[in-house]
Amino acid sequence: MTTGTAEVETVTPELEAAAERAQSRRGVLIALPSWAYLILFFAVPLVIVLVYSFATRSSTGLTQLEGWNLDSYARLWDPLVGEIALRSLLLATTTTVICLVVAYPFAYYIATRRPVVRNVLLILVMIPFWSNFLVRTYAWRVLLGTDGPLSQLSQSLGGEPIRLLFTNTAVLIGLVYGFLPFMVLPLYAALERMDWRLVEAARDLYANGWTAFRRVTWPLSRPGVVAGSILVFIPTLGAYVTPAILGGAKTVMLGDYIVSQFLAARNQPFGSALSIAVMSVMLGATIMYFRSGARSL
Amino acid sequence: MSTTSGVRPKSPTERLLAANSWVVYAFFYAPILVLIVFSFNDNNNVGIWTEPSFRWYEAMLDDNDVLRAIRTSLIVALISTVVATILGTMAALALERFRFRGQRAYDGLVYLPIIIPDVTMAVMLLLFFAQGFRILDGLIGWSPSFGIGTISLSHIAFNISFVAVVVRARLGQLDPRLEEAAADLYANRWQAFRRVTLPLILPGVMGGALLALTLSLDDVVVTSFVAGPGATTLPVYVFGLVRRAVTPLINAVSTTMLVASMILVGISLGFQRNTRSTVPVTEPQPEPANQ
Repeated sequence: MTTGTAEVETVTPELEAAAERAQSRRGVLIALPSWAYLILFFAVPLVIVLVYSFATRSSTGLTQLEGWNLDSYARLWDPLVGEIALRSLLLATTTTVICLVVAYPFAYYIATRRPVVRNVLLILVMIPFWSNFLVRTYAWRVLLGTDGPLSQLSQSLGGEPIRLLFTNTAVLIGLVYGFLPFMVLPLYAALERMDWRLVEAARDLYANGWTAFRRVTWPLSRPGVVAGSILVFIPTLGAYVTPAILGGAKTVMLGDYIVSQFLAARNQPFGSALSIAVMSVMLGATIMYFRSGARSL
Repeated sequence: MSTTSGVRPKSPTERLLAANSWVVYAFFYAPILVLIVFSFNDNNNVGIWTEPSFRWYEAMLDDNDVLRAIRTSLIVALISTVVATILGTMAALALERFRFRGQRAYDGLVYLPIIIPDVTMAVMLLLFFAQGFRILDGLIGWSPSFGIGTISLSHIAFNISFVAVVVRARLGQLDPRLEEAAADLYANRWQAFRRVTLPLILPGVMGGALLALTLSLDDVVVTSFVAGPGATTLPVYVFGLVRRAVTPLINAVSTTMLVASMILVGISLGFQRNTRSTVPVTEPQPEPANQ
């Protein structure tokens, strides 16, 4: 890993140690600007949120940095918070499962095409992946509107007008639509680098298609499954834009609940405690993923 | 590497897989296409088609708020991309090519902004700037306002990490012996970096820069927290419009944003195609068992 630095003919331990020190000093110097930036604009803000989460909210909505207490954390056990957290968890889990079920065969199909076709199909996934998230969510607002194209289509076929907007279903559709590429790409990466001769070997040993998939393909694609699930689950759990655009008062998720604590309710300590809680859950999930031994992308 | 799919006869499973893929592609593209079509609709109602017109694009170009938001977006994207690309590339180099004390903690610091949810990042930066400006005001009587400055600083903060990850992946694929060879040929460190390492990691650096640019142009959550009354970016402005009421003007602005991001994808794909063939990277070798 280290670039061989001390491979001179006459290597004395002193020289080697000096070279190593010089090399490590250079490393520190190169790291310094980004380190300083991230300390100032990331680590310090993180500490401030932590401090604020123990502060008190005055009756006028200002935050008083005194009288430190755990009230904001106690409020996390409020039934309303529990309801919102449960809904977020449910929506995030459902989104992840739907994405996995839809994306696995999709990624499998792409990965088993000829290289030329594969590249074209992959680019067609990349285009929505790179397009503006807000715009892609907004498109569903137009599509699902009560007098929107889908509703008109349904009515012209003699059906009912579609009234999905501002419901959990609309938020779910938006989340799946927004995060599906995050599932497809790691699954594709895992399936594409798989050694298909192993599947052939399984078939040679009289495994049927389903057994070969269950015993060979699925275990080998596990890192992609885990990576994709993390990449979908984590941002959906903290989603703000999708429920704000497609949801209504009854579909508040953790993301927009936190935002409302800052922009509407003006309860910064409680909002801070919520942010810290959500962040901890996500960090925990991510650490579990790395612990599970799956390699990163 | 190769698959036997070409040889296999079309089985029912294969047909199902193909059908599923077409449905997914339709799901990906139908909403985008509907949005584009309806942006050319001459009607005050978003969903009802009357006849094609450029009316809403004209309205967009006459709307000073939209133009100002576009300007802010571009300035912020430019500043944050340039700074984050430089800092992120340096971070990647420090992590991949050097060993020093405290490196593990630094590694964590670089990765954390990627894992942390948008909303938390937004809250952090809002409180940081508010508190920081209060302290600055108390100390030297200078209280800056929220705007292009705070937005750019915030975008740099999350972009550094993404650039670092992309560049690091590229550095990891690179054969360190190439740099050693340069050193053997009496190149000093700077020359070895400038003439060997940098050209080889350039696709990674450009990829990171494009990602940073996209993320900056895409961001709604963090920006809406640190934007000032006088300066918002285009996505935040559009987000505000959408929350109030849906108008065909938003369709036109959205289509413009879509076209801009597709141009960016095009550039990045073209760039990858041009560099892939000429750059000697240690590709994953085929297993010896192949022979």
